[in-house]
Amino acid sequence: MNFFLVLEQTLNGLQLGVMLFLMAAGLTLVFGIMNLMNLAHGSFYMVGAYLATYFYQVTGSYLLGVLLGLAGTLAVGVAVELVALRTLYERDHLDQVLATFGLILFFNELAAMIWGRAALYTDIPDYLSGHVDLLPGLRYPLYRLVIIVVGLAVAALLWFVVARTRLGMLIRAGASNRAMVAALGVNIRLLYTLVFGFGAALAGLAGLMAGPIHVVQPGMGELILIEVFVVIVIGGIGSIRGALAGALIVGMVDTLGRAFLKPTLATVLSPTAADAAGPALASMLIYLLMAVVLALKPQGLFPARL
Amino acid sequence: MNPRNRAIALALGLLLLAAVPPIASLFNQPFYLDLLRRIMIFAIAAASLNLILGYGGMISFGHAAYLGVGGYAVGVLAHYGVYDGFLQWSLAIGASALVALVIGAVSIRTSGVYFIMITLAFTQMLYYLGISIEEFGGDDGMRLAVRSRFPGLDLSDANAFYYLVLAVLVLVLFLGHRLVNSRFGLVIRAARSNEARTRAVGVSPYPYRLAAFVIAGAVCGLAGALLVNHTGYLTPEFMNWTRSGELMFMVILGGIGSLAGPVLGAFALLVLEDLLSGWTEHWQLILGPLLVLSVLFFRRGLAGLFFPKNE
Repeated sequence: MNFFLVLEQTLNGLQLGVMLFLMAAGLTLVFGIMNLMNLAHGSFYMVGAYLATYFYQVTGSYLLGVLLGLAGTLAVGVAVELVALRTLYERDHLDQVLATFGLILFFNELAAMIWGRAALYTDIPDYLSGHVDLLPGLRYPLYRLVIIVVGLAVAALLWFVVARTRLGMLIRAGASNRAMVAALGVNIRLLYTLVFGFGAALAGLAGLMAGPIHVVQPGMGELILIEVFVVIVIGGIGSIRGALAGALIVGMVDTLGRAFLKPTLATVLSPTAADAAGPALASMLIYLLMAVVLALKPQGLFPARL
Repeated sequence: MNPRNRAIALALGLLLLAAVPPIASLFNQPFYLDLLRRIMIFAIAAASLNLILGYGGMISFGHAAYLGVGGYAVGVLAHYGVYDGFLQWSLAIGASALVALVIGAVSIRTSGVYFIMITLAFTQMLYYLGISIEEFGGDDGMRLAVRSRFPGLDLSDANAFYYLVLAVLVLVLFLGHRLVNSRFGLVIRAARSNEARTRAVGVSPYPYRLAAFVIAGAVCGLAGALLVNHTGYLTPEFMNWTRSGELMFMVILGGIGSLAGPVLGAFALLVLEDLLSGWTEHWQLILGPLLVLSVLFFRRGLAGLFFPKNE
């Protein structure tokens, strides 16, 4: 097996990993703090992708598209929290799942109504396209590299905010005892709305970065959302550290599995058997990994709260 | 409503269902026969989910998996030229029970949101498995050219098939009723209300929950076998996660933890979908908020309207 190919696929796995982390971070924060199970988190991913694509086409500037897309997703997130989800914090998880399922239907159909059901292909601006030479002989797409850098930077920023700032202190306090924080005079409702909005914006960021790599279409959010669930189950729910570890593990396993499982199987099995079993097994790999982790550690790898 | 009136209401409902084929043929509206058959098949699936969701408190977001497994059991046997109904449906039930055993054994160890996410993830895994098997059509699925064959019963006769589905529905509801009110059902319900106390009186909920999970999976597998015979084709979409969500909504809309609830819920949701989709292409834009509103304000479901003060 080619060493450069392995390195390239590892970078792809890292890129998928940071993307999953951006999604998982918002979801796990919202769950850890508001005890809210939000299926519609995938919708913010889709909203981010559509808005950024739309604003890029309208303004002609990629950077402006990204910024407006982020702001738009933030606004949509805040609106959803204020209109629908605020009343759900006190409800049980079943009600939360059902209500947010209804929201998914709404958002997917809305996107289909505005932009059509066909997939939207977006291109990246010239200064982000092309390849860079990481090592002699290893050329890697610049855009994917940017995604990795942005993702890791956001992860570091998130850690800083949660662990080192006053806002983060309030967030952590709200997670462990909301009544006490409210009694101390903190506007906990506003805090919740803020956290929810920024969680949505993180999902939107993942979506708008994924847009040019995958396709932008209604329902795109749910496919990644279920992988994000796997990430959270593996990492331990409510834990940012767990979300990062889980995201990187899932990103790597999924990418490397898809790239190398078939050729590896071909060395053991007949080519036809490997042809049949390889893709099937590769698509199931992360779920099997989840089952193994659950069997060994039912609370995930990093069950700590925040 | 007292138990006697409740029994009368149930009997009336079943009589109405039984009267559909002659009425549909009288007015020459075979469409309604088709719609109600579909509703009853989903009612069977929803009733099986109600056993674990309503009575057992296990929020399974992956119940469509067993529709798929049951459907593929029939489809795969037919693909290899085995049309015997008893064989096909036994495999559908057995395979779904086995899959439910594996998924349940892992996921029932956890609870709360973990359980929701894990059941959803496993179903997604089966969905991708269905997509990646080229032999059985992959993404496109396959056609079921020949319906299951039973001696003395022709499923291509729409009325005969309808009454068979009705009979299965009645049987499932009856057995579900017996099961829920048995000692086994008592443990399941007790574990939902208070797990710690259930343990304290010396009963470990795990094996009971797992058994209920497997029973629910097996019954839903049977519904899958019926569904593939109904539609005449089979795709991984049988296992799509939105299917699981729809099944949950049927249980909730109908009224959680009541016998007739899933039937009412299946009826309400599928008729609503049918009406809305006949009205506008973007019917989900209306259905979605309606569902959100029903969760927020209509908590006891349709059964709550008919049977107030239900246990």
